[in-house]
Amino acid sequence: MVESVPIPTPAAAPRQPLSEGSEWTFELLDRYDREIGRVAAHYGLDTYPKQIEVITSEQMIDAYSSVGMPVGYHHWSYGKQFLSTQKSYQRGQMGLAYEIVINSSPCIAYLMEENTMTMQALVIAHAAYGHNSFFKGNYLFRTWTDAEGILDYLVFARNFISDCEQRYGEEAVEEILDSCHALMNYGVDRYKRPARLSMAKEQVRQTEREAYLQSQVNDLWRTLPARQTADQGKQAARFPAEPQENLLYFIEKNAPRLEPWQREIVRIVRKIAQYFYPQRQTQVMNEGWATFWHYTLLNHLYEEGKLTDGFMMEFLQSHTNVVYQPPFSSRLYSGINPYALGFAMFRDLRRVCEQPDEEDRRWFPELAGTDWVKTLDFAMRNFKDESFIAQYLSPRLIREFKLFAVVDDDQEDKLEIAAIHDEAGYRSVRQLLSEQYNLGNREPNIQVYDVNVYGDRSLTLRHYMHNRRPLGDTTPEMLRHVARLWGYTVRIESVNQDGQSSQVVTCQL
Amino acid sequence: MSQLVDRRLSGKNRSAVNRQRFLRRFKGQIRKAVSEAVSGRGVADLERGEKISIPGKDLSEPIFHHGPGGRRNIIHPGNKEFVSGDKVDRPEGGAGAGGGSASPDSEALDEFVFELSREEFMDFFFQDLALPDLVKKQLAAVPEVKKARAGFVSSGNPSNLHVVRSMKQAIGRRLAIAAGPREARREAETALDELIEQGLGASPEAEELREEIERLKARIAAVPFIDTWDLRYANRVDQPTPSSQAVMFCLMDVSGSMDEDRKNIAKRFFMLLYLFLTKSYARIDVVFIRHHTVAKEVDEEDFFHSRESGGTVVSSALELMREIILERYPSASWNIYAAQASDGDNWEEDSPRCRQLLVQGILPLVQYYAYVEIEAEEPQSLWRAYTQVKTASRRFAMQRILTLADIYPVFRELFRKKVA
Repeated sequence: MVESVPIPTPAAAPRQPLSEGSEWTFELLDRYDREIGRVAAHYGLDTYPKQIEVITSEQMIDAYSSVGMPVGYHHWSYGKQFLSTQKSYQRGQMGLAYEIVINSSPCIAYLMEENTMTMQALVIAHAAYGHNSFFKGNYLFRTWTDAEGILDYLVFARNFISDCEQRYGEEAVEEILDSCHALMNYGVDRYKRPARLSMAKEQVRQTEREAYLQSQVNDLWRTLPARQTADQGKQAARFPAEPQENLLYFIEKNAPRLEPWQREIVRIVRKIAQYFYPQRQTQVMNEGWATFWHYTLLNHLYEEGKLTDGFMMEFLQSHTNVVYQPPFSSRLYSGINPYALGFAMFRDLRRVCEQPDEEDRRWFPELAGTDWVKTLDFAMRNFKDESFIAQYLSPRLIREFKLFAVVDDDQEDKLEIAAIHDEAGYRSVRQLLSEQYNLGNREPNIQVYDVNVYGDRSLTLRHYMHNRRPLGDTTPEMLRHVARLWGYTVRIESVNQDGQSSQVVTCQL
Repeated sequence: MSQLVDRRLSGKNRSAVNRQRFLRRFKGQIRKAVSEAVSGRGVADLERGEKISIPGKDLSEPIFHHGPGGRRNIIHPGNKEFVSGDKVDRPEGGAGAGGGSASPDSEALDEFVFELSREEFMDFFFQDLALPDLVKKQLAAVPEVKKARAGFVSSGNPSNLHVVRSMKQAIGRRLAIAAGPREARREAETALDELIEQGLGASPEAEELREEIERLKARIAAVPFIDTWDLRYANRVDQPTPSSQAVMFCLMDVSGSMDEDRKNIAKRFFMLLYLFLTKSYARIDVVFIRHHTVAKEVDEEDFFHSRESGGTVVSSALELMREIILERYPSASWNIYAAQASDGDNWEEDSPRCRQLLVQGILPLVQYYAYVEIEAEEPQSLWRAYTQVKTASRRFAMQRILTLADIYPVFRELFRKKVA
């Protein structure tokens, strides 16, 4: 008789998997969701109520092309997005992302019907628990967005825009939307806290606002001072008194020739831009957090014996693909993969808490040996990409990613390697990477500088140059968009760090 | 706990509106692409969608972004051999190692390619032609079908059950299945008779045979009278209707004065006639005849793309057409349509002969004869001759064409008959 050698299982608990095959059913989804929810609660993840929707791939492409907004107004750019997503999906150039989720309450996570049970479980853990808890916890989302109001507001926006289309024609509405979309990145307040959104309030206030805004604008332009004082007046007061960063807000409030309904559309685009602004500031953290948690939650379930080996193989394969960081020399390289960096940082943070080495104690004395769940929770709540990297990127990770800094200066013939992953370079690499995630550096800093109130009503924008970087070739086209909204001549001057303006582009109307 | 919702059935085609917006917004570019596609297609090849490509820069959505220049710091992963302080050459074709932040949509540089469905394609095709809506609808409609009998099948719905066929099947099956036992029974009966004749009617063998016979009788009786696999159903298939055949003659002057633009207009003219015919006829032959001083039957490629020079004798084409009709397309079994395109040039002496040929030789044989004169300065001799033909026959239509929108009136008569 042959003695059978027991195969050592990584799990302490006996295997009692939730399911064996790759097919999913609604009962199974429910069971997995309960189990994942149980483990998530064990780790103290605090989430909005969850709504998990099963959809077809076509619906997924659709959700994709409208940036995940479950209700959207109509615009050709979404049609274009749909066509190009559909094309690359059909050609197999891309798999559809696992999930699309936006911070609404309830938090809606989409599952694609073609996926296997493993993928569905991964998406539930990733979106419904990972992203969801991030949306609920992170300070940017808490301050800037109102998860309960957004769905209502989107409905309001769609109804309002389709009303406008009926009343003023699709073309007229499309023109305004085109110009607003072009300026969407300049429709956010970076420093001021926004008011909360809600459909009921919006609708009540909208009518009042229309009348009020128009009267304000009229008031502003009514001032036609005597000719002799014009020159003095212009010197004395610039309007706006301080440069304004929120172009769309400025246009909404002050553009002389916009109709009330056009102002409202500017406002809608601005509100939506503001709503998505925190997502753009927390890409690494948000994806990293969600990836960290799907990894942690599913591994926990595996250790409890709730998942089969086959499940884990499929899960790990997919997970590994997501967190792959191709090196800069690779054909696949297109910048730093936010999933890879974020996931690695949160895992590293946990390691620093649980098994700190000498280096970690030196770099993170206040973190080493603390409760990792609490430390991660704190990090998730109180940072954005820029500060998160500045605070938590460890030398070990810089070595693992082999990060290095390149200086590209058009006054030099060659590129310079400024710092690499060595003792001398850690701090500099960390600081530069952190700056790379500062949206203020990534996008040209453009502000409303002056309006010629007493003269031709022209609008002057100022581009405050950073490191002598000029504006790109879309500038004339962009000015046409601004001019369409403003109604009069618009010019933009690039101002260098010494305050001297260099390049000026004008769009005459 | 999470709420699970099945949304698969709701909200299909939710982005159809956005798609329409997209098509409307870029209708100029799409129409151009469609018109190029039409030039590349055969006259008879209109029943499918088309891949349309638009230059990416036409539909880019601009944003403010940084241009090349200035000083940039970029962090890259995957360092292999660099140490700090190294100087490296700029990589080819681009500022900075691998681009980096805030570069414009790289997709914008490529062509934007997407599929137009057949309906959308037809829609764009019709846009220039100024067709009345009702006609557009008729042409774009999927051909109507009628059900025709096509034998019998073994599955179907109960209302198509064919009783007589099913019973015939049942008889055959009963005969076949019972054949063996019946034979055995006959043998057993003969054997029993023999035993009885020998006076052994009460022997154990005879008893055995009697039991055997009873058993076989029972077996034969147990063969079912009708069984599921006996059932036969009348089979009906879709057949395009009406299912008669037509031949379409395309006649074109290819003398030097017919340039590409004129040929393109002529092509639309032929296509439209073809489309019309597909709605009425199941099978359509297309015959291409080109002529200058002599006429020749050619294939479509030659018809539209080769160039000749020299004078013009229209009657040569008409004669050839008449010959082909008499030889291959007897008018008793073919519906004959003819479309002629020309810039109006003809040898002066030839025009009266054309008129005579048409009135006496061709019009009695054909259903409809349409003539277009493309971008002619003023009516030419052929036009004057044909005007007389027109007064003589209702089967003849003619039109001078300056733009694509002028094509449709040629067919007005043709369409009106069908609409009424």
